[in-house]
Amino acid sequence: MTTAQVATEIQLRPGEDERSSAGAAPDSKPAFEVRNLSIWYGQKEAIHDVTIDIPRHNVTAIIGPSGCGKSTFLRCLNRMHELVPNTRVEGKILFQGEDLYSPGTDPTIVRRRIGMVFQKSNPFPTMSIEENVIVGLRLNGLRNRRLLAERTEKALRMSALWDEVKNDLHKPGMSLSGGQQQRLCIARAIAIEPEVLLMDEPASALDPIATMKIEELIRELRKNYTIVIVTHNMQQATRVSDKTAFFYVGQLIEFDETTRLFSHPKEKRTEDYITGRFG
Amino acid sequence: MEVVVDPRAPPQFEKRAQGQLKPPSHFGDRAFEWLTLAMALAVVVLIFLVGWQLARGSNLAIKRFGFSFFSTSTWDPVAEQFGAWPFIYGTVVSSLIALIIAVPLSIATAVYLTELAPLWIRQALISLVEMLAAIPSVILGLWGIFVMIPWLRDYPFPFLKRTLGWTPFFSGPIYGTSMLAGGIVIAIMIMPIITSVSREILRSVPNLQREAAYALGATRWEVTRIAVLSYAKKGIFGAVILGLGRALGETMAVTMVIGNTPEVAASLFAPGYTLASVIANEFTEATTDIYLNALVEIGLVLFIITILANLIAQVLLKTIATASTTRAVQ
Amino acid sequence: MNNHRWRKIKSALASVISFVSAVLVIAPLALIFFHLIRNGASSVNWAFFTELPKPVGAAGGGMANAIVGSFELLGLASLIGIPIGVLGGVYLAEYGTTRGNWALRFIADVLNGVPSITWGVVVYGLAVLPFKGFSAFAGALALGLMMIPLIMRTTEEVVLLVPNGYREAALALGIARWKTIVHIVMKTASKGIITGILLALARVAGETAPLLFTAFGNRFWNHDPTQPIAAVPLQIFSYAISPYDDWHRQAWAGALVLLTTIFLINVAVRVVTRDRTARVI
Repeated sequence: MTTAQVATEIQLRPGEDERSSAGAAPDSKPAFEVRNLSIWYGQKEAIHDVTIDIPRHNVTAIIGPSGCGKSTFLRCLNRMHELVPNTRVEGKILFQGEDLYSPGTDPTIVRRRIGMVFQKSNPFPTMSIEENVIVGLRLNGLRNRRLLAERTEKALRMSALWDEVKNDLHKPGMSLSGGQQQRLCIARAIAIEPEVLLMDEPASALDPIATMKIEELIRELRKNYTIVIVTHNMQQATRVSDKTAFFYVGQLIEFDETTRLFSHPKEKRTEDYITGRFG
Repeated sequence: MEVVVDPRAPPQFEKRAQGQLKPPSHFGDRAFEWLTLAMALAVVVLIFLVGWQLARGSNLAIKRFGFSFFSTSTWDPVAEQFGAWPFIYGTVVSSLIALIIAVPLSIATAVYLTELAPLWIRQALISLVEMLAAIPSVILGLWGIFVMIPWLRDYPFPFLKRTLGWTPFFSGPIYGTSMLAGGIVIAIMIMPIITSVSREILRSVPNLQREAAYALGATRWEVTRIAVLSYAKKGIFGAVILGLGRALGETMAVTMVIGNTPEVAASLFAPGYTLASVIANEFTEATTDIYLNALVEIGLVLFIITILANLIAQVLLKTIATASTTRAVQ
Repeated sequence: MNNHRWRKIKSALASVISFVSAVLVIAPLALIFFHLIRNGASSVNWAFFTELPKPVGAAGGGMANAIVGSFELLGLASLIGIPIGVLGGVYLAEYGTTRGNWALRFIADVLNGVPSITWGVVVYGLAVLPFKGFSAFAGALALGLMMIPLIMRTTEEVVLLVPNGYREAALALGIARWKTIVHIVMKTASKGIITGILLALARVAGETAPLLFTAFGNRFWNHDPTQPIAAVPLQIFSYAISPYDDWHRQAWAGALVLLTTIFLINVAVRVVTRDRTARVI
């Protein structure tokens, strides 16, 4: 079998019926199993020996001071860090049991199953709202117009944007407000029906009302997706996440249920961070 | 706000929908990269092509005349005697005249546009200077023949002859078409380039330099002279060399006003001939192989000196590598 | 006069001198346009656009064949210049190594500095001698080759301006790299790419030297690319250096039309992109 065929095979494997609506059952397989992950940018080690299990259908928050490697870590979950030249990875990441970094794995397929939303919303400027939503599908070969229209509506509904834009689908994506643009980017990401959504500070550029809407959205999306969210806002972490991981200088310091981590942190560094002794 | 949550579609639907996403095109990625690389390599092919064609086409002349080609003044197609010295002389002198006229004016203009002009007028003037750069050489030449030369012949030239006629440069009969006229049109053609590039150079001087000078109580002119111009010396010199490169290759306007006579005369009123002009004028009349080869050899010389000028300019401008300096070449 | 006074006077003097310089630099533009209009406007008439040149000495006639010829040359030249230039520029912006790309850019800039008559000489050897005749094809080749480094650099510039966020977003959707570049990046940069192409066309539309011994010129209609063809700048040149007043008149008309067209393209480009950095190349 060729690499492409293997990859397609992985993609087409029948999904296990684990879509519960109330968060992962404790014995279901984690979405990500990270083992001894280390990442280098050139000579600089950005992530050092991280081992963590990220559960399915949960919202996992990653917090830590700037420069601690949280974005780097997030990006290696869908192999986006490879876009930077001179990166080196050691260790293993298993995504639902499959090795994300095995030589036979195609990063493009990885990114179709693990979606990403960025800090600065970036709807494609030359496209309408509708075109933005389905761009991932169209450019990956889906042509059936009925199906595309269905997916557009579905994605926009799931991003809580449908009612606001349903009559304006042809309008440019950039004509929306900041918060709406970010929801459009979320719709764009979920239109290709990934299994995971990675979010890199998705609300940090938004006003409080828009932020609130995004956070509500995240809690709803949890029912269908595994979500990993990087945030520098600890209150946000407490509001949206089930589990939280605290990173510091490239290392995973503590990983626990959100309520426990914030009320009774086990590590002193965690406690120092969440009580604001350093930022 | 109500979020409608669809229950997940049954796995079969998922499989079908996912299956409609084509497997990624590694072939597409590689093919596109190779395609664009091949296109980018076209410039490498081109430069070798130019060099090769010029070398090949001038082979006969190079073999027959050798280095004396550059020192001989005789240009006699009938007797098959070809010496390029008059054209080299003409190119050098006309370019020099052009620089003498254009450089001070261009730099002063660049200073005006960057430092001194009121803001509301700045962009309009900049656009005007750039429009000047868009004027085709042949149109400038047309204007040169019918407007500039008659005027030169009637006013400035006689004046120069009266006042400076005792020097060898301004002696002799006045025809109108002349080395000086050639230099003037070249100056007009290169002023926009030197101005534009100098402007970019001046703009790139950090404001800190200016502020420091102002804080010391310097006048406007002193700020410009001390803080800006001396900082930008290298870049300005690069702009000048860029202009020179352009001047060396200027063809149509020069051909139309310089007189096209292969003579080496001291007087600027005398007609002249440049490397580019002789090619333009005589290429289609070259009946013999050696004649053609001689002309191509002149093309080769022109190619080499313009490349040298551009190389030097690029090196000088490298430190201020804005897109516009690298583009504002010809 | 005390030192301070003298310094202030010097400064004022410098301001005046530089202002005068600016006027002197811009003056030829106004003068040329003025004379073009004065001498040529009356000759820009219907006949100018529709008639062929009349025989030597006869009055009247026009530049219809030259106008059409110029369009044909530009069209053919575009076939060479646009694909190679645009795709090459995309390569420089999206792929390659730092050093390799630097070298390519350098060579492109050197090519941009080559006198246009050199292109004529080169293409003469490539396309005129072997086929024993001047042709529209040769003229178009000369112009097209000139366009390649021009368009390559402008394309590279605008593609580099596309924010990286869009590339990332597209790749994160699992879209293949080449599709990202073509459908997202180039599409975003399309206005700038087209601007660069238009400016290059405006530039080569006025070139005479490369056509002197490739396209050569033609007093009649010609739609055969293997035959010599007329072009507006060529016609202006041969009319200008001729001894006939009527031809001089037509040269002025041709120059007015040509310059106006070039200016209109430049102005339009500037207005459409509202880009202060759009340089005339």
